[in-house]
Amino acid sequence: MARAFTPKVLTANRLIEGDVVYYGNNGDWVLSHDDALFLDDETQANELLTKAHKQADLLVGAYLADAILKGGKPVPTHFREEFRTRGPSNYEHGKQAEV
Amino acid sequence: MYSYNEFDKDFVQNRVHQFRAQVERRVDGSLTEDEFKPLRLMNGLYLQLHAYMLRVAIPYGTLNSAKMHQLAYIADTWDKGYGHFTTRQNIQYNWPKLSDVPDMLQALADVDMHSIQTSGNCIRNVTADHFAGAAADEVEDPRPTAELLRQWSTDHPEFAFLGRKFKFAVTGSENDRAVIKAHDVGLRVLQNDAGEIGYEVLIGGGLGRTPMIGKVLREFLPREDLLPYCEAIMQVYNSLGRRDNKYKARIKITVHENGIEKIRDLVEERFIIQRAAFGGYDQVLFADIKQAFAAPDYDHINIDGYEASLKSDPVFRSFVDTNVAQHKNPEYAIVSISLKKHGDTPGDASSDQMRVMADLAEKYAHDELRISHEQNVILPHVHKSHIPTVYAELRKVGLATANIGLISDIIACPGMDYCALATARSIPIAQQIATRFEELKLEHDIGQLKIKISGCINACGHHHVGHIGILGLDRAGVENYQITLGGDGTENATIGERAGPGFSYDEIIPAIERLIYAYLDLREAAVETFLETYRRLGAAPFKAALYPETRIAAE
Repeated sequence: MARAFTPKVLTANRLIEGDVVYYGNNGDWVLSHDDALFLDDETQANELLTKAHKQADLLVGAYLADAILKGGKPVPTHFREEFRTRGPSNYEHGKQAEV
Repeated sequence: MYSYNEFDKDFVQNRVHQFRAQVERRVDGSLTEDEFKPLRLMNGLYLQLHAYMLRVAIPYGTLNSAKMHQLAYIADTWDKGYGHFTTRQNIQYNWPKLSDVPDMLQALADVDMHSIQTSGNCIRNVTADHFAGAAADEVEDPRPTAELLRQWSTDHPEFAFLGRKFKFAVTGSENDRAVIKAHDVGLRVLQNDAGEIGYEVLIGGGLGRTPMIGKVLREFLPREDLLPYCEAIMQVYNSLGRRDNKYKARIKITVHENGIEKIRDLVEERFIIQRAAFGGYDQVLFADIKQAFAAPDYDHINIDGYEASLKSDPVFRSFVDTNVAQHKNPEYAIVSISLKKHGDTPGDASSDQMRVMADLAEKYAHDELRISHEQNVILPHVHKSHIPTVYAELRKVGLATANIGLISDIIACPGMDYCALATARSIPIAQQIATRFEELKLEHDIGQLKIKISGCINACGHHHVGHIGILGLDRAGVENYQITLGGDGTENATIGERAGPGFSYDEIIPAIERLIYAYLDLREAAVETFLETYRRLGAAPFKAALYPETRIAAE
């Protein structure tokens, strides 16, 4: 039996810069997880993922990552995804230093 | 050190041109990511968690000042102003843009460097004792052998697509500082009773998911047989090694499943054929290579100033006690520069620090630097009269931490702060252990102790051979850290024993602290190291310290 769908955000790395991006509320690829589109519909999530796989000139390795809604914003459920929203934790010099 | 000849230069330059064209084709859509990925990996370019990562080979960990300056220039021009030195004596840049990588490779090629074969299922960068050419206990400098292996294995068409990656390490000393017993092939230069130089050949060592200590394949291999014999090993592995399961594809599994005797018979059989195919040119080449590694022209200078500094400056003396090792020339010393300042990221050096180290090497160390697998930098040939100056200059840029071999001199892989394969973080654990024991002012009292941390089962942080090993895992969506005890990466190589259930991120530092206090209570004298105490008493008292609730329950 297929596993029940859990809500997601769509994420990837940018082809040139390599940094983490999310499919945003505005239909663009955005840097902040806060602005990611919260996907609670499985069909929509899969359609967007298929579309992302076709954007090979822009993206690498698109996938759906688990998220929950907290205070109206998507929040990662796994620590790996949480780290991807911020950058390295040894000292502040990744994405969090720029966004 | 070895300088590229025209052949080397053309080869590396052609690869830069090739990769530039490959990147262009990826960006313009002619290549898909699936097509491009193996090409970028062949050039050391990974996609990590937050960005691309370029891994640059530092063959047998040897650099000169020009190369170190160029590494600093690359860090400033195309990255975030620092580099990370790894357990394979490489350097990694954590933030390059794909479109900049061809320029980075060109900058490397300009100083005879590259990132070829730093990834993929091929023979990787050959590593060696970081004290090579300087160590007092050395039979011979292992680097000419490592360089011969580098030339033989680079772009070797038969071994470009092995079942899995393949790693060689070479030492020239009885005291193994190159962890040769944890490599696919480990070589130790030695002299036989007849006074001839040859190699002890070990195979099937490795860490990772199934840690194994290498086994002796040949007790004494004559020097001139090295390449045909290695070629025979590679051929046997290439045909017999498994390709059905990535985790069973390393030669350690081939040796384990077939037995060392069968592997030996097959290698010896193949070796007869390979030896006939080598016409002796490799030995001509070796003689040339050896000249490139001739000892420097040593200086004779009065060392009264050094002796006086030792007496008058206790801080300097402490630095010398931990960071300075005996050189084969009694007027000289080997200076280890710690990249483990308490609280900093193990193995990271800023571009400014790289430049200072390069300048010091040029002025005071016969233009030589080494990267150790323990993620430190070595000035291998420093006249004792210059050590006070070198120390003073290092202090100015935060590089004079006197902790080599101590509890804060921790190996840590990049872990989940950078690595896409990691299952937990490593670096913050290392930072916190170092900071905690600095606060407790216990580091020097504890003495020699090697803590090694890996952020996943692949064991890049060598945790299996740490006196205390820490392995970070993902347990049901939470970071969890397993402790192993009693590991050893030297000539007495031992795989550490798992202590028991893992600890959470918040529990691991207090657990290490309990372990250390237990050691301080248990040791017979201050000179008995953690490992010696562990070997004398076994795991039980240490486990009791790690899991006090279990002890109470048992009582």
